Amino acid sequence: MAELILKSRRFREEREDDWRKLERLLGRMEKGGPGQLSDDDLLAVPVLYRAALSSLSVARATSLDRALLDYLEALCARAYFMVYGVRTSPWSRIRRFFAYDWPAAVQGLWRETLAALAILILGAVVAYVLVSVDPDWFYSLMPGGVAQGRDPTASAEALRATLNDAGKHTQLLSIFATFLFTHNAQVALFGFALGFAFGVPTAFLQLLNGCMLGALVAVFAAHGLGWELGGWLMIHGVTELFAVTLASAAGFHIGWTVAFPGRRRRVDALVDAGKRTGAVMFGVLIMLFVAGVLEGVGRQLITNTLVRYAIAAASGAIWTAFFYLPRAVPADAGGRAQR
Amino acid sequence: MSAAEPGWTRQFITPEGVDLRLEIAPFGQRAAAFLIDALIIVGVLVALSLLCLLAALGGHNEIAGQAVVVLWLLGLFLLRNAYFLFFEMSPRAATPGKRALKIRVAARDGGALTATSVFARNAMREIEIFLPATFLVVQHQGVDGVLALLGLTWTGVFLLFPLFNRDRLRLGDLVAGTWVVMAPTRRLLPDMALAANTYAAARFEFTAAQLDAYGVKELQVLEDVLRRRHMETIRGVADRIRVKIGWMRGPDESDFDFLDAYYAALRRRLEQLMLLGRRRKDKHDRG
Repeated sequence: MAELILKSRRFREEREDDWRKLERLLGRMEKGGPGQLSDDDLLAVPVLYRAALSSLSVARATSLDRALLDYLEALCARAYFMVYGVRTSPWSRIRRFFAYDWPAAVQGLWRETLAALAILILGAVVAYVLVSVDPDWFYSLMPGGVAQGRDPTASAEALRATLNDAGKHTQLLSIFATFLFTHNAQVALFGFALGFAFGVPTAFLQLLNGCMLGALVAVFAAHGLGWELGGWLMIHGVTELFAVTLASAAGFHIGWTVAFPGRRRRVDALVDAGKRTGAVMFGVLIMLFVAGVLEGVGRQLITNTLVRYAIAAASGAIWTAFFYLPRAVPADAGGRAQR
Repeated sequence: MSAAEPGWTRQFITPEGVDLRLEIAPFGQRAAAFLIDALIIVGVLVALSLLCLLAALGGHNEIAGQAVVVLWLLGLFLLRNAYFLFFEMSPRAATPGKRALKIRVAARDGGALTATSVFARNAMREIEIFLPATFLVVQHQGVDGVLALLGLTWTGVFLLFPLFNRDRLRLGDLVAGTWVVMAPTRRLLPDMALAANTYAAARFEFTAAQLDAYGVKELQVLEDVLRRRHMETIRGVADRIRVKIGWMRGPDESDFDFLDAYYAALRRRLEQLMLLGRRRKDKHDRG
């Protein structure tokens, strides 16, 4: 017998130490991040990773030791994710999301946002005119559950009473219940999700939102309570309607992409749209949360209509500035999907 | 490409041009990982609630009660999102539950997993599962039976969504461009041809015809048998191979030594063939 030792075994013996070293370094990085390693070790990782990759290629072509192949595959995958993975900490990435990614995603949807806003306003104006001319329209535009007796037959006093929340809900519970379970959280959600059907149901929902708003204003305005209603609605409504509009815009974006993916494959186009709208929708959840707190806490504590308007204006200005003021692209933009 | 791959292995080419052959994580593993994460989150909230109630022993019962409710409504939302975002953005891209089951999140295009993708896949989780589920649990104004039923259907459809596509993608994975793959850490097991290199090998000489009886598939089964060292299996396999290749058993020949020597010789033979560009798949592969 010419040669007792298998070639594949010798191959393994010559490189084994490097693999084990890489394994050790990876273990330490996975536990505590790159900060755990000395500079020399940190520089060694990519070199060892490439050596392991080339070992894997060679082993696939020459070795039938399955334990070795499995080991190298797992090791290379681990090293790949470490070498090509992200280097920043989760905290700095979360900070980056709020400082840059979220506003950028919202800005990217400006066309859809304008369209959604236009539909909302259209619905409101049409409903206002219809109900002003013929109050019977109210019942076809407004679901009974939402109206809660605030219909054209109610007296001015009854209507005024609904605008005064002070002392009505003093329980903390109801504050947060409003956030999670308001009609609007559902509307925002479905507005976005229904975008998959080419955005048509989204547009319908958004129109309906506008109609309900317009109809309610018309009823109150008929009793000269329009100004007070505005404060009652807008203190949280600016944030809430903004959020709902953004959710609809995200739905339109998805719908548009599904309908017209352009030159890309539909799935690839959807991934792009999904990343953008995913960031928007995460922000929408936060906005609805803020709106819930304003509605639950702010509206109870603040009963002065003028102050309510001031808060409404301030929140509108803050959101607009936050989303649309131009800002510098952060230096570590390398982690962002550019395609 | 992946249609030709067996089962759940997917081509995944690194920038160096090597295919890492990642394996898609099974649905059961993902469900189990999610369950572990859910238990951790609920456990934290239960602990915090108990703290609240302990504090209440000093008086202020009503406030403590309300604080607990708020903790569950608000804390659950904040905690679960912070939890998933933080852990999936860490270098291992896996929550503790996923780590325990050796799976991780990765970008489908082979690039780095971006923060935007992590946000997108977790925002979709809210929309797929949690929000419709809360409509179901809490009956509130404007939430009637029909809507609750709709929520249930909705959640059910999206929970099972991964079962109905090739890469077991959740809807969130689909739109975020991610998938969940196996990320095992393996130890380097000893080479089973080790013993054959010592004196034992010298006692066994196999002819070319005897080594041509099997292919790669059988070799790897043999590797498993040797690794397990289960005596009865080894005896059975050794006997069958002796019959197949017409090997006369020597006077004090042990089954393990015989198998190990045959394994080494077969591997040498098949590896030589591979160097010549011929990979013999199994015993039926006559080329």
